[in-house]
Amino acid sequence: MPALGADMTDGTLVEWLIKPGDRVKRGDVVAVVETQKGAIEVEIFDEGIVSELVVPVGAQVAVGGLLARIGERSGPQPQAPAAPVAPQEAAAARPAVAAPTLKPATPRPIAPPTAIPTAHGAKVTPAARRRAAELDIDPAALAGTGVDGSVSVADVEAAARSRAASPPAAPLAAAEAAPLAPTAPPRRVGFDPALMRKAIAAAMGRSKREIPHYYLSHTIDLGAALAWLEAFNAAQPVAQRVLPAVLLLKASALALREVPQLNGTCVEGVFQPGDGIHIGWAISLRGGGLVAPAIRDTDARPLPELMAAMRDLVQRARTGGLRSSELGSPTVTVTSLGDRSAESVTGIIYPPQVAIIGFGTISSRPWVVAGQVEARPVVTVSLAADHRVSDGHIGARLLSVIERLLQEPAKL
Amino acid sequence: MTEAEARAVIYDILSGIAPEADPASLGGNEDLREALDLDSMDFMNFVVGLHERTGIDIPEPDYQQLRTLKSAIAYLGR
Repeated sequence: MPALGADMTDGTLVEWLIKPGDRVKRGDVVAVVETQKGAIEVEIFDEGIVSELVVPVGAQVAVGGLLARIGERSGPQPQAPAAPVAPQEAAAARPAVAAPTLKPATPRPIAPPTAIPTAHGAKVTPAARRRAAELDIDPAALAGTGVDGSVSVADVEAAARSRAASPPAAPLAAAEAAPLAPTAPPRRVGFDPALMRKAIAAAMGRSKREIPHYYLSHTIDLGAALAWLEAFNAAQPVAQRVLPAVLLLKASALALREVPQLNGTCVEGVFQPGDGIHIGWAISLRGGGLVAPAIRDTDARPLPELMAAMRDLVQRARTGGLRSSELGSPTVTVTSLGDRSAESVTGIIYPPQVAIIGFGTISSRPWVVAGQVEARPVVTVSLAADHRVSDGHIGARLLSVIERLLQEPAKL
Repeated sequence: MTEAEARAVIYDILSGIAPEADPASLGGNEDLREALDLDSMDFMNFVVGLHERTGIDIPEPDYQQLRTLKSAIAYLGR
């Protein structure tokens, strides 16, 4: 069970996507785990042949607990022990999806281990709910294909059509076909707002207790950046246009190249530089809650690619399709309040990271340009950083580099 | 596109973006972003959805005409 953030203590296995005998390679999604941040797709960081699924669907497993074993060879499968054994006792197989430094597995089976939790309820649009009532369809039983995985009118009508297309003609054949009949994919539950609130409370409480924050802020003229973006977007089809937030994200990533002291983690008081600039992008979830999955190598990606990555992350954050690698790996966090929001934000560092960069809403303000007061679009960028690993002088440099980069948007 | 068609398309896209809201309860002159708590990404998805469903190319300077139900219906009906 991977640790998907500082605040996670355990997760519940809701779906296996592999079976014994399957060949897996690094990066494959092997299971779905329900956490306080919703359903997360667990990727494997090893390769080989699956020899045993140790944990049944429905089991709650502590972080670091053993989920499955991967064998080296494709030959006969090693004798599977009747009960989970500690990793070091396994001779022919090694733990596959466990963080080796943490305590051994303590699987607690929850009966019955069959159903995917649906307690949080499917999102059904009001229009779809009305249409479902007209057609006598249970919308909660449908797999939503709408935005954020919600059940839309189209899903309800498709269900009505498929019901009409398969009349109950041959009961025997139907019964035989039942296990193979196209069934809705297991519901990927979104997230439970109460659990997520607890996760946020745990992480932020720890941050405020352990991290001596210092704070800086700086207001930046975005006139050049927004003019450039307007011209860029004018040449793009609707779906390829880039939001101003992407410029802010990219400028932050490039600035961290120049000020690497703020990109990494602090573990037991020692700074460990990040193995790349993987910005955790803070995404606010409808209905409350926040998650900040990583956009890997943010500094190396062109703007349209970052825009696509952000749209994809937002979509998956809300439907429960985030991956373990995205939640475990951010080296720094960026939060952007967006339109119609507050002028500035004073962030709280997400441990064990050492900094969070925050952008307020972009607003038009009187600004002095070449000795004249003009109305300019400006943004206030803030930094909260860990005083155990850096000082305000370093932090101020980061903000001034971000400002400089935003004056030359074509280079972003 | 008739007013009824435009309204239906707008309702459908908005209910996909804000599943908990009922677009039928929106006032014609309410700012959609305020009423449905749409962020920039949501609003972009709304515009992309309108483009995909209607085929209308919507240049960025026209986005402000999509901010209320009334103006968006008028825009799609042009």
